[in-house]
Amino acid sequence: MRLLWNRFRADRSAVFGAVVAGLLVLLAITAPLLTALEGQDTTSFHNDLVDSARGGVPLGGFGGISPQHWFGVEPQTGRDLFARIAEGAQVSLLVAICATLVEVLLGVAVGLLAGLSGKLVDALLSRVTDIAIAFPVTVFSLALLAIVPETFPRPLLVAVVIGVFGWGGTARITRAQALSLRTRDFVAAARLSGASGWRVARREILPGLAAPVITYGALLLPTNLIAEAGLSFLGVGVRPPTSSWGQMLSSATTWFRSDPVYVLLPAFMVFLTVLSFTLFGEGVRIALDPRSTRLSRKAA
Amino acid sequence: MLGYVVRRLLGAIAVMLAMSAVVYVLFYLMPANPAQLVCGPKTCTADRLAMVEHSLGLDEPLYVQYWHFLSGLVVGRDFSSGPSVLHCPAPCLGYSFQYTEPVLDKILEALPVSLSIVIGAALLWLTFGIGAGVLSALRRGRWLDHAVNVVVLGGFAVPAFITSLLLLMVFCVYLQWLPFPSYVPFDEDPLGWAQNLVLPWIVLALVQLPPYVRLSRSGVLETLTEDHIRTARAYGLTERRVIGRHALRGALSPLITVAAADIAAVLTASMLTETAFGLPGLGRLMVQSVNQIDLPMVVGMTLLIGFVIVLCNAIADVLYAVVDRRVRVA
Repeated sequence: MRLLWNRFRADRSAVFGAVVAGLLVLLAITAPLLTALEGQDTTSFHNDLVDSARGGVPLGGFGGISPQHWFGVEPQTGRDLFARIAEGAQVSLLVAICATLVEVLLGVAVGLLAGLSGKLVDALLSRVTDIAIAFPVTVFSLALLAIVPETFPRPLLVAVVIGVFGWGGTARITRAQALSLRTRDFVAAARLSGASGWRVARREILPGLAAPVITYGALLLPTNLIAEAGLSFLGVGVRPPTSSWGQMLSSATTWFRSDPVYVLLPAFMVFLTVLSFTLFGEGVRIALDPRSTRLSRKAA
Repeated sequence: MLGYVVRRLLGAIAVMLAMSAVVYVLFYLMPANPAQLVCGPKTCTADRLAMVEHSLGLDEPLYVQYWHFLSGLVVGRDFSSGPSVLHCPAPCLGYSFQYTEPVLDKILEALPVSLSIVIGAALLWLTFGIGAGVLSALRRGRWLDHAVNVVVLGGFAVPAFITSLLLLMVFCVYLQWLPFPSYVPFDEDPLGWAQNLVLPWIVLALVQLPPYVRLSRSGVLETLTEDHIRTARAYGLTERRVIGRHALRGALSPLITVAAADIAAVLTASMLTETAFGLPGLGRLMVQSVNQIDLPMVVGMTLLIGFVIVLCNAIADVLYAVVDRRVRVA
């Protein structure tokens, strides 16, 4: 563990990723608090802050940034942008994390079953996994999100849909790892001492899966974040009045010329989040990979 | 070899059948009444609702409905809509009551737009992806390698729709070098066609680039350590010849299968790109159908896209078997 920490700390880009990701999580957790501190909320209209003569462009420079409105206000409605960006962080991260959990749980379950059962089950599950991997998540999520009734809580639905279509990779990795672990001596020893199949899976195989699954999960998170932003951008993800970055970007498309800050702000947030979590995930992967050292990573 | 191809294709057909059943059941068993959805939220009257229900065959058991759908794929089908009969010729993927057109016709209408985007972008990402990968492998650890790495990471971290918005902002709003993209058919005005599509091409290529750069880079690095390269060098061949003739061939063959299996990612990315640029391609058709809750359209497109992907994966497997003989045994 200590070794891991040292190796991780030596990796500058991973540390940068970890710090920024940590700050973003903090922003998401404390979003209501910070918004209260700013003295604004996510939904109040401020008609006095937008120039109705010019189609509702925020008054003042840089999208109406002021001590009262840290990130300016939304064009047309004058809603506070900092409050909406912060709420967006909450929604985006929550959806991404839940989706990743669903993917990892499903993936590990299917992968273990495939890796430890007989040939027939393995062949069947592997085939299903192949299909799941080949499918375009967005197309199917889009179709599904269209038909589920509006009353179902939207962020949860988005998370489940992304997760249900994205477990293939985890399953493949779990299966491969389980196949290699089951031939090891300590597993044979456990079997011989009379442990049941379930017990072998839980006590002997599962701990050996932790490293690859954590690594993969860390890299899944940014992918899921992009998926959520994409779905919301297409208008089928998180619905108003809840704000999300993707949804802000889609409404920003008509404000290019008059209010560029409104476009750049959510775009930058998505970029920063995905980048930091990716660097962090890469750092975890490299630290957990016994073969890699600083030197060989430079080369690879 | 032939046996393998036949087995693989039969497998693909089985998967498609299973998929169509799942999609069909999923969509027509939802709590929302599909007839109500097809009928439309505003224009619906009780009469119209009953008519739509009957013409969709919703008053029949589910397996009969599914059978009608399957046979429609092969021989076409008719929807009786009051006095008139709407004919949907084979292969019938369904009939969109909102567009009053067979689903397939709408898809074929949007297809040239999507193909224009994808083919142009594919040329870009294949050339630049493989080129950058090979170059950064040969200049490993130097600034070029690092620069390529940054671009690749950027391509991953910035989703397609954000790149689209930023490029639109810079080139169409501020610099005004390019018109706001709208689709101009190639046979009408090739120059205008390219001018309108150059931004979508760049966006899609940037998003698709990373795996190609990574694979060709690691492929070249790996091949360079192999014995036959050492032998070629020992023969005194020029470095250019060693790399051009011997290293690239071994390094790039895995890319064939990646390219074929990549189709799902391309579809997703082009869907976002089309929506961001407002181009009337398949992606935007899908998004619009979803937002208008045009159920036959959504089901038809979902199935068609699924079929295409399953087929492409089967083709990828077969191609791989052609390139690498070891696979066929498995």
